[in-house]
Amino acid sequence: MSTPQVLRRAGADPSTAVVLLITFLGALWSLFAAAYAPEAAMRGQAWLLLGGFLTGIILIVGTIANGGVVNDEREYNENLVKAGAIATMFWGIAGLLVGVVIAFQLAFPVLNIEQFGFTSFGRLRPLHTSAVIFAFGGNALLATSFYVVQRTCRTRIAGGIWPWFVFWGYQLFIVMAATGYVIGITQSKEYAEPEWYTDLWLTIVWVAYLLVFLGTLWKRKEPHIYVANWFYLAFIVTIAVLHVVNNLAMPVSFFGARSYSLFAGVQDALTQWWYGHNAVGFFLTAGFLGIMYYFIPKRVQRPVYSYRLSIIHFWSLIFIYIWAGPHHLHYTALPEWAQTLGMTFSVMLWMPSWGGMINGLMTLSGAWDKLRTDPVVRMLVLSVAFYGMSTFEGPVMSVRAVNALSHYTDWTVGHVHSGALGWVGFISFGAVYCLVPWLWKRKGMHSKALIDWHFWIATFGILLYITSMWVAGIMQGLMWRAYNELGFLEFSFVETVEAMHISYIIRAVGGLLYLSGAIIMAYNMYRTIKGDVKEEDENVIPQSAAVPAE
Amino acid sequence: MSEQKKSRWSKLHNKLFEQNSLLLTVGILVTVSIGGIVEIAPLFYLDSTIEEVEGVRPYTPLEQLGRDIYIREGCYNCHSQMVRPLRDEVERYGHYSLAAESMYDHPFQWGSKRTGPDLARVGGKYSDEWHRDHLRNPQSVVPESIMPDYPFLETSELDYDNVAANLRALRRVGVPYTDEMIETAVSDITTQLDPYAADYDGFQERYPNAVMRDFDGDPSQVTELDALVAYLQVLGTMVDFSTYEAEADENLR
Repeated sequence: MSTPQVLRRAGADPSTAVVLLITFLGALWSLFAAAYAPEAAMRGQAWLLLGGFLTGIILIVGTIANGGVVNDEREYNENLVKAGAIATMFWGIAGLLVGVVIAFQLAFPVLNIEQFGFTSFGRLRPLHTSAVIFAFGGNALLATSFYVVQRTCRTRIAGGIWPWFVFWGYQLFIVMAATGYVIGITQSKEYAEPEWYTDLWLTIVWVAYLLVFLGTLWKRKEPHIYVANWFYLAFIVTIAVLHVVNNLAMPVSFFGARSYSLFAGVQDALTQWWYGHNAVGFFLTAGFLGIMYYFIPKRVQRPVYSYRLSIIHFWSLIFIYIWAGPHHLHYTALPEWAQTLGMTFSVMLWMPSWGGMINGLMTLSGAWDKLRTDPVVRMLVLSVAFYGMSTFEGPVMSVRAVNALSHYTDWTVGHVHSGALGWVGFISFGAVYCLVPWLWKRKGMHSKALIDWHFWIATFGILLYITSMWVAGIMQGLMWRAYNELGFLEFSFVETVEAMHISYIIRAVGGLLYLSGAIIMAYNMYRTIKGDVKEEDENVIPQSAAVPAE
Repeated sequence: MSEQKKSRWSKLHNKLFEQNSLLLTVGILVTVSIGGIVEIAPLFYLDSTIEEVEGVRPYTPLEQLGRDIYIREGCYNCHSQMVRPLRDEVERYGHYSLAAESMYDHPFQWGSKRTGPDLARVGGKYSDEWHRDHLRNPQSVVPESIMPDYPFLETSELDYDNVAANLRALRRVGVPYTDEMIETAVSDITTQLDPYAADYDGFQERYPNAVMRDFDGDPSQVTELDALVAYLQVLGTMVDFSTYEAEADENLR
């Protein structure tokens, strides 16, 4: 090997040309939309999109001028993962911040500044859900999957420029979706609000993601595909299917934002909740289980508890999850047979979920002392505990009789957040706490004490959040169905709204605490990246040198 | 993991799925397809999915644009449109919702959360004036309400030059708009807002029982408030429940 080592670059290869072409077509469409879109909102947003695509073109041309993207088979692509880790932190704080704002809006409606409706609850709520699920969660999955698939296959990520296209294309998708909501561009399907052109863009990015991931598996130097990759693959494949089917729609015009769903009424409802529940099942569960199966064993230096349980966990989880959607439609106009199927499979889902939880927790066998000494392990373990709790609560709520009470109330919101803040949030934070010292080659994080502060503040925030929402939800459900002694409904609707005021305040405070924890983490991460690491953390075991088998 | 004793099945799994990424991908695809196909596909061909009722018609152009505003503002985040067949809900909101009532709803608006009350049967429950006051400032009519204000609706002119394109797109996904309805779409906006319109009879023939009046109280301009109130006032009013037999065989599901 010659010294000094010169990084091998891809040059102006066909991949770069294709990415350039896609970006150019995007810019062209945006230009026409800016001129010809029937809605003022779309004409405005098109300028932003044009800016995004033009920036992309400049970046690609600049890269070509520099000799192309670095594509050196002797090294892992860690810059990609670094970018993903920073994006995770950035969008995490953005999404949590919007969540805190809308939580306070429900407690104090005067915070809906009404001028043009930009900041009303109805427009900000999708901004919050999309930001935390797709921007924060999505980037955590991109970053960790890119890291894990390279390490467990002992090879550089496949595709040259394509993984970068996936990363930046995904950020553009986030901006397209988010700005759209604020100016009123939405198709109103929960967690699938972006309109057709944004959906189309995400489809392109997602197919590229799938191919990059598969391409890396194909050139692996390990004989076996590691279990974390099964979960990542199931997440990528299934999200593709869900996204495409649920977003089938007829645009009103080629350059306009508005479209109408291909399905109507009852069929549309079940398609949406088949999507909606599996966004939980495959985005927020399968993907993050991939994180669990890599980062917990790595951090505690123990093998996964049971290989056989991994197999059963994997196949039963993905088979059963997909059936659970109809439990969102109990007692609606959806035919009862479909509701019953959904309920039955939702209850069955408890078992594979807890199988996974046991596999994650028992991986600590022989290393339980780390709960005391390593706040990152504590975070990862609490995350799996929250996973267990919300996957028990979910099946309970999917039983028709329970659902009659819980549906439409804040109990659902509490349930979702025990999963989102506890499971998804904590496992992502834990993974990023592992990644930062590994990627930036530090002895540890800037401050271990701050990790502890983050853990306790955020945990307390979650407890405030979920307990207040349990109380609010169950109270509201009971008040709706309360009768007085004369046989009349006891409460008017607005009395139930009034009764929840205090719970809404407690919830907002809980959210604020959780956000504070994330801000502490961002500061800690910033100082670590800067190189401000005071002490060596014995829990940070350096990853092998950046040399895939050659 | 590797040092554990492996059963025959895990050896097979190891050989098939863990060493062959394409087989793993196909296996995942097959496994996750079954549930969706079994649950969703029958809804498209089982006749019993949607009840036989009279009165459900496509939305008028004005109502449809009002519906688009309802979606734009994210009303579905806090208001459901699905009354469940539970005693308290039927007493609070009215007859439980039928699948037929949303058969032309692209997309559906059943919702998932009641931060505010259900709106499936809000049509005709309050006056236009009430809706106007309420949308301008909800606390002026319901002091404890936590709903945001929407004062800009009554000052924003409704953009309806292209409404025929909206109807055409809806026809392509199955809403039975006729050529005539699409041709008259633009003029039907102002026709519906004017109880003395020249085309009154034609409009009533196209959209039977549609309410025709100026919804925002200001006949001098067509506003987004006109459209939104027109939509709210038609919600849940189409089906003639005096002719609906809930216990009839074809309606039992």
